[in-house]
Amino acid sequence: MSKVNALLQGTLNWVDERFPLTKLWKEHLAEYYAPKNFNFWYFFGSLALLVLVLQIVTGILLTMHFKPDASLNASGVPVAFASVEYIMRDVPWGWLIRYMHSTGASAFFFVVYMHMFRGMLYGSYRKPRELIWIFGMIIFLALMAEAFFGYLLPWGQMSFWGAQVIVNLFSTIPLIGPDFSLWLRGDFVVGDATLNRFFSFHVIAVPLVLLGLVAAHIIALHEVGSNNPDGIEIKKKKDGNGIPLDGIPFHPYYTVKDIVGVVVFLMVFSVILFFMPEFGGYFLEYNNFFPADPLVTPLHIAPVWYFTPYYSILRAVTYPLFGIDAKFWGVVAMGASTMILFLLPWLDRSPVKSIRYRGPLYKGFLTAFIVSFLILGYLGMLGPTPVRTVMAQICSVIYFAFFLLMPIYSSLDKCQPEPDRVTSK
Amino acid sequence: MKKFLTAILFVPFLAFGAGPELHLDRAPDKSNDMAALQNGAKIFVNYCLNCHSASYMRYNRLEEIGLDDAQIKDNLLFAGEKYGELMKIAMQRAEAKVWFGVAPPDLTIIARARASEFGSGPDWLYTYLRTFYRDETRPTGWNNMVFANVGMPHVLWELQGDQVMGEDHKLKLVKPGKLKPQEFDAMVGDLVAYLKYMGEPVAEFRKRLGVIVLIFLAVAFVFAYALKREYWKDIH
Repeated sequence: MSKVNALLQGTLNWVDERFPLTKLWKEHLAEYYAPKNFNFWYFFGSLALLVLVLQIVTGILLTMHFKPDASLNASGVPVAFASVEYIMRDVPWGWLIRYMHSTGASAFFFVVYMHMFRGMLYGSYRKPRELIWIFGMIIFLALMAEAFFGYLLPWGQMSFWGAQVIVNLFSTIPLIGPDFSLWLRGDFVVGDATLNRFFSFHVIAVPLVLLGLVAAHIIALHEVGSNNPDGIEIKKKKDGNGIPLDGIPFHPYYTVKDIVGVVVFLMVFSVILFFMPEFGGYFLEYNNFFPADPLVTPLHIAPVWYFTPYYSILRAVTYPLFGIDAKFWGVVAMGASTMILFLLPWLDRSPVKSIRYRGPLYKGFLTAFIVSFLILGYLGMLGPTPVRTVMAQICSVIYFAFFLLMPIYSSLDKCQPEPDRVTSK
Repeated sequence: MKKFLTAILFVPFLAFGAGPELHLDRAPDKSNDMAALQNGAKIFVNYCLNCHSASYMRYNRLEEIGLDDAQIKDNLLFAGEKYGELMKIAMQRAEAKVWFGVAPPDLTIIARARASEFGSGPDWLYTYLRTFYRDETRPTGWNNMVFANVGMPHVLWELQGDQVMGEDHKLKLVKPGKLKPQEFDAMVGDLVAYLKYMGEPVAEFRKRLGVIVLIFLAVAFVFAYALKREYWKDIH
């Protein structure tokens, strides 16, 4: 046994002299000190990483049989659409891989939304973590692009018309709009060229960017250290060895804890995957079981649930301004609704970070923001009516007010004093 | 503030409910009734698979609903198709388009595509196939309650008989067919059950596997949780 150990140690030394393996292991796991008071909300970071890996692995397997080809086969079905059904039926376990990927897409957004909300609850975006937040926001944008490109690939009715609607939005941008949407489509209509380039974006361009950004996100996090539900810096109180008093090594403490989170997540994931893979039409839209048909416009074109809040904001803008179409201002509002999140670290002027010590003003605004975000999401799934449009307008105003008024209400708020050491609630 | 929030929460529900309603009959669930699925497969091959393809479905997959090699060959393969072939049709799409105004759609996953907020895909199909009525203004002489001005004639007409639309917007059987109404409904139920099966043949296996996976994860949870508690017992 000691011989085996010596051999292993020797191998490790050999590697360490050439690559900082032990150093990396220590810096990022065994000697990365995380606050000991992480709660439920802190599961979603590691879960996001898990879903990313899941999407990449299942995506690689799907790529082996998927054909990005919009031409019709002998039965009059687009080859791309038929290849998805081929995966579902004739590829051994293909149905499982495909459902993992389609459920994983929705799971990714759910997990990332929870992760972002955690950041807002505990002020994780505040100094010195601004760059972590910004990397995270770019990850979020890349994820939206990834989902948008991926959704075209099955080449169903919703794939086709969803892409049609979104690409047409870009054409409303003055001057460059029409050329830009032409460049994006690769054709004057959404067609084979669009399918192929979206496939290319989806399987290589965006995932490459995503992986790089995730690495940057984690490196930046490990540079400054994790925030915690109390929003105080554990590095301010250290022991004689320079180890934070309230810190515990990420490995093994949080690795074993995250395994529990992973198992629970996989249980929820499996319930959806095995018993309701369409999730009532929210994860796999029913209309997308019809192959894309450029001649038949669906009565109701709705994006998948994770895009609906922004889609609602887009539709809420109904007034033309400066002689430019309302649609363009809708696009601007939609763009602004995601971009404004980048500014969060500088909009927040509160003396405390965590919701636990913030005053009633922030709590009220955050609640109104979350409620309006959910309502916007709900409205985005429905067709527009005059009442719904007014609703969406009110909610959009609340959405933006949360951010734009934040410098005022966050500094006026009556906050409670932060504790010296982390608390376990 | 709270009152305001509650008010906000409820307004969308007031806004809900616009758009035309579609009333669908509930299709009987025969997912595990092999005799019904086999009967449905027979009806499908005899009545549907001349104009509609099921081009993602292989004949030999019907083993899953209890048919053996010989039964499939003797009862379902009429035009020299091979046992492992896809359910394709000989009719040319361009010609079909001239005859019906639109090429008949592939039916493999129609039971998944027809689901909506009004009911499941099988509900839609079950209602659709039973609500054809005489309409002399249509080229085929038939119209449908669920699918207005549909291009397809009433293929099961011989079995169901003639229905007409009454003043009260309800259908009335004016000329009985070969089957009694209950028999016809049961037969359509079998056909729809088959269409549902064909839409996702793996569905029943998927659910059974799901139970096993969840049991595995439940056991894994016990160990994961015990491991976590063991490591964390000194952290206060």
